[in-house]
Amino acid sequence: MSDGSPVVELLGIRKSFGDLVVNDGVDLALVTGEVHALLGENGAGKTTLMRILYGLTRPDAGTIRIAGSPVEISSPRVAIASGIGMVTQHFSLVSTMTVTENLVLSSVGLGPVDLEAARAQVRATADRLGVPIDPDAKVGSLSIGEQQRVEILKALSHECRVLIMDEPTAVLVPQDVELLFATIRRLTDEGLGVLFISHKLHEVTAISHRVSVLRRGRIVDTVAAAGIEPRELATLMVGTPTVGVTRADRGSFVGSQNAEPGPASLEINDLTVARRGARPALDSISLVVRPGEIVGLAGVSGNGQRPLVDVLSGMTRPTSGSVRVRGTDVTGATPHAILAAGLGRIPEDRHGSIVADLSVEQNLVLEDIEAFRRGPFLDRRRIRAHARDVIERFDIKAAPGDPVGALSGGNMQKVLLARVLVRDPTAIVVAQPTRGLDVGAAGYVHRQLLERRRLGAGILLVSEDLEELLALADRLLVIFDGRIVGGLPTAEATPERLGLLMSGEAA
Amino acid sequence: MRLVLRGHEPRWLAPVLVLLAAVITFVLTAGPIRAAGASPVAAYQRYLLTPLTSFRSFSEVLLASTPLLFTGLAVALAFRTGFFNIGAEGQFLAGAVAATWVGIGVPDLPGPVAIPLVIAAGALAGALWVAIPAVLRVRYGIDEVVTTLLLNPVALLVVQGLLNGPWRNPVSQFPESAEIGSGFIFPTVIPGTRVHLGFVLAIGLAVVVWLVVGRTGTGLRMRAVGLAPTAARFNGVPVERTLLGTALASGAIAGIGGVSQVAGLQHQLTGEISPGFGYTGIVVATLAALTPIGVILVSLLLATIQVGAESASRVLQLPPQMGQVVTATFLLVTVGILVLRRYRIRIRRPSRTSEVPS
Repeated sequence: MSDGSPVVELLGIRKSFGDLVVNDGVDLALVTGEVHALLGENGAGKTTLMRILYGLTRPDAGTIRIAGSPVEISSPRVAIASGIGMVTQHFSLVSTMTVTENLVLSSVGLGPVDLEAARAQVRATADRLGVPIDPDAKVGSLSIGEQQRVEILKALSHECRVLIMDEPTAVLVPQDVELLFATIRRLTDEGLGVLFISHKLHEVTAISHRVSVLRRGRIVDTVAAAGIEPRELATLMVGTPTVGVTRADRGSFVGSQNAEPGPASLEINDLTVARRGARPALDSISLVVRPGEIVGLAGVSGNGQRPLVDVLSGMTRPTSGSVRVRGTDVTGATPHAILAAGLGRIPEDRHGSIVADLSVEQNLVLEDIEAFRRGPFLDRRRIRAHARDVIERFDIKAAPGDPVGALSGGNMQKVLLARVLVRDPTAIVVAQPTRGLDVGAAGYVHRQLLERRRLGAGILLVSEDLEELLALADRLLVIFDGRIVGGLPTAEATPERLGLLMSGEAA
Repeated sequence: MRLVLRGHEPRWLAPVLVLLAAVITFVLTAGPIRAAGASPVAAYQRYLLTPLTSFRSFSEVLLASTPLLFTGLAVALAFRTGFFNIGAEGQFLAGAVAATWVGIGVPDLPGPVAIPLVIAAGALAGALWVAIPAVLRVRYGIDEVVTTLLLNPVALLVVQGLLNGPWRNPVSQFPESAEIGSGFIFPTVIPGTRVHLGFVLAIGLAVVVWLVVGRTGTGLRMRAVGLAPTAARFNGVPVERTLLGTALASGAIAGIGGVSQVAGLQHQLTGEISPGFGYTGIVVATLAALTPIGVILVSLLLATIQVGAESASRVLQLPPQMGQVVTATFLLVTVGILVLRRYRIRIRRPSRTSEVPS
């Protein structure tokens, strides 16, 4: 249990990239046996701080003390030797190797390898975690939750006193989150300190002992987690009391989904995308989005969401099936034709949909260049005026001439959103619209989508964020392994029911 | 000493860096120049100043810059769109062959017909020479760097084959073609010099490229394709068509360069029609940061050094290749130093004990 002595202390950590100060004199202490959550908007400096602690980034100034004595962590090797382990969102596992082989990989020297001893170590550590792990399973055949356990195992295979977890729940289904939390509790009971980074406020309050809130590179407060409300943490994060759109806010937008009898905003019939030598990426997907309706598509990432959005965006040709926007057939059409049919697209990969090195104003007209011509040339005055207008309407913090790549995630997403909305789309497909956004920007995106719903657009919302789906969608569909495995009105959706569908166990 | 990512690039930075590159180039080449028995200061005076001091030598600079303008422009345009055309040399030769074919085939055409015809023929030949790699890239994703490069020696062999075979000079029996018809010969544009129509044509093309890339929707599409092809496609830009169109335009410009060299200067095809103008075009485009105005400036600079090197070899007995040494050093230093546009150097070591008394 916690004996109250700090195992890691960060003192006056300062780091800047170019003109941007990311960590501005951060002090943070992690006590043995505690889960210390690090909370902050995107760009607040959480990840940089953790990278500094793990030796991936060198601080400009400041001291790191481990068990009371200063240590210069110049590389991950030093960090590991000092008892620091890290589990990131993106696993560093070789999927064609077994669990044991992956474990040995990080410490293998020249000469023969004792796989038997390693296997025994895997079993022992798995017992310690309280989860079953088959040492000989190929990592590629494991679920995401299991792979994460292997990552944790890997971190623990070295003498580890501190475990950094960077948004560990982002990729998990609810059941796996519960398991992860149980594992974390077991480890802290043994005296391990856990630094837990997350965007999800209710998880932070559920698992941690103390919460430190970062804002603009500074720790604004460190509070005990017991009894604190998510709303209070959100207040600390953004400085003003805003929590994203809640169910109650949503009620103020009067939906019109039953009013219009005409063609559906978006109608997908038997859509299939085959893959060579594998199950189809999409397997006979059918769904209808009516005007004035938000349909949420829930599911764990990698179950066909990306191919679906790619087909709707015009980036992939489906093998069979059809897509209609307001009655217009756009199956296998070019992005240009799809845009003309009135479908707005906001995919999850922002860098695949805007040109980062072009300016805000150029990106805003790229979909519709012909409309901004004067004779053979671009009408630069009108492009500039258009950009100014959009920037003001959507409250984008940028100048028209700024390269989009220099904007923060939130402002970049606003540019994308604005570009779609200024065309008054009759249907919108939007994927993970608030991933990586801070609470303020996420709330803004949600309000804009609800406003469009009020105006009669049909919206297909693809998201892994249950809170977001529950707050926005009129009804939910669940995708698993390329198929729609269930649907239900949002009012009847509980995390348990959805989790069951999302894990494919209720098919 | 460490490199630190820069937030914003100040406006003054690029010119200052180029100037710095010039100084470093001078320092680095001073040794070889001295070893060759000349004073570096005198040599540089010859390289950079002497050619600009007399009307005659300045006109020679304009003449020498002409083929570099064409190939530099061709490469810059293609690179801008993400089509890595290393084959300007081959396209240049294709244009030269086409010009010769027309010029000795119908030698009696009058100028007003002949000159547009020979330009069109060269442009077409250059475009055709790049068409194969371009189609292979767009349809099958075959790397154009390799295919355009490998077609360069093919073009050179075609030239040599023609000159040693059907086009061998009937009078001298040398491997060089007969003279093209007098109607095809580009007029001089500055009386009393050898500066010909090709130079004006090249400047005109530079202006056109600048307008198209910077001011039209097509240019915006081209830049989008060059910077982020996936995002460009997402935005409804026809990526393949844009790539194909740019590649053909690039080949056509290089081809006109070949025409200009035949019709403007040599008036016949020889085996030495191009001492690597296509390859130097890559140097020009790179130093020019792929901008048309940059291509003009860099072409003039390299031409100045080239003319100056001839004078330096006459007066200072420096080997004429020293000019190329200077140019090459300048290229390497510039490319190396341009990293500072994105990073800055921090000399101070990251202090371990930074207890700042507050």
